[in-house]
Amino acid sequence: MSLFNCISNQCPLGSNFGSSNKLGSFGAVPQLGGAQRRDKSRNSRSITAYYGLKSPPYKLDALEPYMSQKTLEVHWGVHHRGYVEALNKHLAKKDVLYGYTMDELIKVTYSNGNPWPEFNSAAQVWNHDFFWESMQPGGGEMPTLGLLQQIEKDFGSFINFREKFVEAAITSFGSCWVWLVLKREKRCLAIVKTSNAINPLVWNDIPITGLDVWEHAYYLDFKNDRAKYINTFMDHLISWEAAAARMARAQSFVNLGEPKIPVA
Amino acid sequence: MALRTLIARNPLRAAAPVASRGIQTFSLPDLPYDYGELEPAISAEIMQLHHQKHHQTYITNYNKALEQLDAAAAKGDASTVVKLQSAIKFNGGGHVNHSIFWKNLAPIRAGGGEPPHGSLHKAIDSNFGSFEALIQKMNAEGAAVQGSGWVWLGLDKEFKRLVVETTGNQASVKDPLVTKGASLVPLLGIDVWEHAYYLQYKNVRPDYLKNIWKVINWKYASEVFDKESA
Repeated sequence: MSLFNCISNQCPLGSNFGSSNKLGSFGAVPQLGGAQRRDKSRNSRSITAYYGLKSPPYKLDALEPYMSQKTLEVHWGVHHRGYVEALNKHLAKKDVLYGYTMDELIKVTYSNGNPWPEFNSAAQVWNHDFFWESMQPGGGEMPTLGLLQQIEKDFGSFINFREKFVEAAITSFGSCWVWLVLKREKRCLAIVKTSNAINPLVWNDIPITGLDVWEHAYYLDFKNDRAKYINTFMDHLISWEAAAARMARAQSFVNLGEPKIPVA
Repeated sequence: MALRTLIARNPLRAAAPVASRGIQTFSLPDLPYDYGELEPAISAEIMQLHHQKHHQTYITNYNKALEQLDAAAAKGDASTVVKLQSAIKFNGGGHVNHSIFWKNLAPIRAGGGEPPHGSLHKAIDSNFGSFEALIQKMNAEGAAVQGSGWVWLGLDKEFKRLVVETTGNQASVKDPLVTKGASLVPLLGIDVWEHAYYLQYKNVRPDYLKNIWKVINWKYASEVFDKESA
């Protein structure tokens, strides 16, 4: 099943909720009960947004022996699926969240540091989708071309970046994620640690790759040896291709080059 | 049995040079039962890993942080002293919490799972309605902890009542119960970090919580309660 968000032009809520929309004050007013939606719909059923569990882009045993099939079965099949189901349950009850894309949903429910209960589910769905795509069979090694250049620019060398990333993951307390992000304002790459479900989208930064350091991510394969898990991820699992694709996309939003202003 | 006590005794401690101001270093406390004695509620594998690896790591890192703190304080290095606080809080908290936790558990042959009698039982009834209601509440709150944390039954000495509290890792620090209030005394704590149950229960934390009551040592909780509410 693929991930999709059902958006209908018939829904009067649409995306009027956001503060960026000048008509926000008009759109946000009455239609919370959803009754109006049901009347206006051509089908007699109400339209609901919901998400499906997206499969990792490889078979569950493809990451062996670095991440076991058993781990994928439980981590994806039970944890990730659980988050998707919890999110759908939340969305069924909360009409005001209808019509958002996943990114928007995460930012809105994060509510500037006072997260709604829906935030945990939404963010963890996104985080895990991102995580599976951040790995590949035959992963590891090094990034190339532009991404490597940017890493060398912002961290000095790839070795230095790797050391910092591993250190961040080892020293994070409790249930955490570690990210390589492109910071929008500062226009550079950085390593960010977040706890529980938080991800860099809430600060409007662009994640390039990420690592789940919750215990459930590594306990079956490595028990308490978090350091070994992290090094295995860096050596054999991380997909620099996926990271490069995200970097390329990020550069359409963040200008990383010096403007070539001709000297008169 | 022999292996466990060998590791727990920590013979290196005695030989180690005393730190400059005689900083007390900590060592892994012995368990008053074998790793397998809490089965089937908690597996021997989990008990061994939890005790010998996780708790030991907290102690090792706590000792390291204390040494660094001692050195920094002696030099008057205020910024290092401040920077070390989160490591001390996390690792020291981990050591304190787990030390309590081992005492909170007992094999069935030693009274594990037997509900409390006497004054603690009365206090539970008056604070929560019934013993079952307390169990339900702790299970619900324990299951609701997001990420890593603990669920506690505590005695509020100031208000002379029992409370159920959860502590979690907010801002990436695990807060031990001591930071919740100086007058809160932990009677009973249940570790709901994933390492406490994952190998056996996977993500079904509610099952872990349901089963752990079979090996909870109410005798210890009663002793602490009686002592602190005197």
